[in-house]
Amino acid sequence: MNPLVRRKGTDQASPNPLQELRDAAARRKPSVLLGKVLYLDKVTVSFDQFKALNHLTLHVDPGELLCIIGPNGAGKTTMMDVVTGKTRPDEGSVWFGSNINLLTLTEPEIAQAGIGRKFQRPTVFEFLSVFENLELALADDKSFWHTLIARLSVAQRQRINEVLEIVGLESKQTEAAGALSHGQKQWLEIGMLLMQDPDLLLVDEPVAGMTPQETDRTGELLLSLAGKHSVVVVEHDMDFVRSIAKRVIVLHEGQVIAEGDMQTVQNHPQVVEVYLGE
Amino acid sequence: MSLGFFTLLAIVGIFVPFLNLVVPESSALHLSSYVVGLLGKYLCYAILATAVDLIWGFCGILSLGHAVFFGLGGYAIGMHLMRQIGPRGVYGHPVLPDFMVFLNWSELPWFWYGFDRFWFAALMVILVPGALAFVFGWLAFRSRVTGVYFSIMTQALSYALMLAFFRNDMGFGGNNGFTDFKDVLGFDLQSDVTRSFLLVLTVVALATSYAACRIIVTSRAGRVIRSIRDAESRTRFLGYRVESYKLWLFVFSAVLAGIAGALYVPQIGIINPSEFEPINSIEIVIWVAVGGRGTLYGAIAGAILVNYAKTFFTGAFPEFWLYALGSLFIGVTIFLPRGVMGLIPSWSRSP
Repeated sequence: MNPLVRRKGTDQASPNPLQELRDAAARRKPSVLLGKVLYLDKVTVSFDQFKALNHLTLHVDPGELLCIIGPNGAGKTTMMDVVTGKTRPDEGSVWFGSNINLLTLTEPEIAQAGIGRKFQRPTVFEFLSVFENLELALADDKSFWHTLIARLSVAQRQRINEVLEIVGLESKQTEAAGALSHGQKQWLEIGMLLMQDPDLLLVDEPVAGMTPQETDRTGELLLSLAGKHSVVVVEHDMDFVRSIAKRVIVLHEGQVIAEGDMQTVQNHPQVVEVYLGE
Repeated sequence: MSLGFFTLLAIVGIFVPFLNLVVPESSALHLSSYVVGLLGKYLCYAILATAVDLIWGFCGILSLGHAVFFGLGGYAIGMHLMRQIGPRGVYGHPVLPDFMVFLNWSELPWFWYGFDRFWFAALMVILVPGALAFVFGWLAFRSRVTGVYFSIMTQALSYALMLAFFRNDMGFGGNNGFTDFKDVLGFDLQSDVTRSFLLVLTVVALATSYAACRIIVTSRAGRVIRSIRDAESRTRFLGYRVESYKLWLFVFSAVLAGIAGALYVPQIGIINPSEFEPINSIEIVIWVAVGGRGTLYGAIAGAILVNYAKTFFTGAFPEFWLYALGSLFIGVTIFLPRGVMGLIPSWSRSP
């Protein structure tokens, strides 16, 4: 069968406007050897008696866009806390690539090793301009003594302008970040992550509180990033996940209960039970 | 705004000594030495307020112990001034200061060595407050002690040092502290010329401190510092070592406070443990709040305004001063959250 014809057929069958972008992102996926794999092995985190993560094992391939879903308290945020060094697990190991043991690094060291995290609530620096927000996020020497005398080089200025363009905030660069709309703040924050040239982006509920237009724009943005970066999206909005996800992982009580594309995951009996209640 | 500020300082630095030294006493334009001394004191406080505003206004570190660094700078220079008295003391001992003779000490304690040289004392003015701030800050910031807990710890530090300096066997003159200074680098401390020169020196120090703080807050480091104030964990996630920023800023601020103290003591002529009183540290914070935090010139205006009010009140109605200070703080917090500087329209202020 001619693959082109078949592709065209799928496009017509799918009402998803992001389908095209999604496929493009998948095609851009680099060789596994080039990027770093994030690998969590039997990670357990307990708060008193409660096990937030229970022997959680999962991996993120280089350049992939992975969506993680799950009901409240499933351990999604705890998982991100462990990866970024905010929470130390009781057991298990977390590796980034073959030689970076994340459990031995501090939060700033993990950020510098190439893992960027976007929080649920947009936390841009409100009193700084959009441009200055990106300037602070620049991958550069971040010691006090350096920043005291640092001036932007031409290349750095260019990089900031590039990122402004990617997140679509060129026209807002001199405005105070506090004056941006909710959606624009989220994009600015993603832009700030990009300034650090991370290998892996952790994105926590990117579309919560967004208008449908902003949601679509965010989907496009995340898909355009996959391939160049690995992207992990934690999200509640099922329609949004369906529109961008290639691989979905469902967490429940600190464990992976299902994994695969959205179709497989949705029909998984345990997932149905967890979401629809006992 | 900065330009206007420097011009104003230059005017003070040139005209006040002129009106005091050159214009004859009979003239209506003559400024008394008392006013010169008072101005010098206000300007020392202004440096101190700048130091507090740098960490509180820009980085959110509320130190309720800055009088400690101010006092230590003052004690360092005070030790030099005591050694300078030499055999001219009441007891006429060639080396020991009066209070040591009075306590029947036979030799100089080791930590008084070197203070007979001015350069050594000047170095200690910077090193002692800097080192204390470094150790204290390193322990506090590394353990991520922030907010009100940090404030309480600095307040405790100030109380502990006050009690320590009150003890006679500490070797710092007990509750009398140091006084009866004679001269510094050969200049008589009682002469009007020396006093005017000290005022000019204070003006220069204030201008330099202000410029240094301004350079810090407008640099990229300054933007990081303000980011720490508003979203500390976010700044940390961007890869900035928040502890190290806070630590160096705290140390710099403590050194500024020490310098202010060192300029203060020769002009006032006395230093004793009451400088460490917790209320003094709190007063500094009030000056900054009244002027408007996070602006630097607000801190300077606040320090001068509140201290002028203090001079007036303690002269006219001494028993009401603390009430006036308290109501001023409450009033400013409620009605002028951005301080007196908040009254100036924003277009005329530099960022």
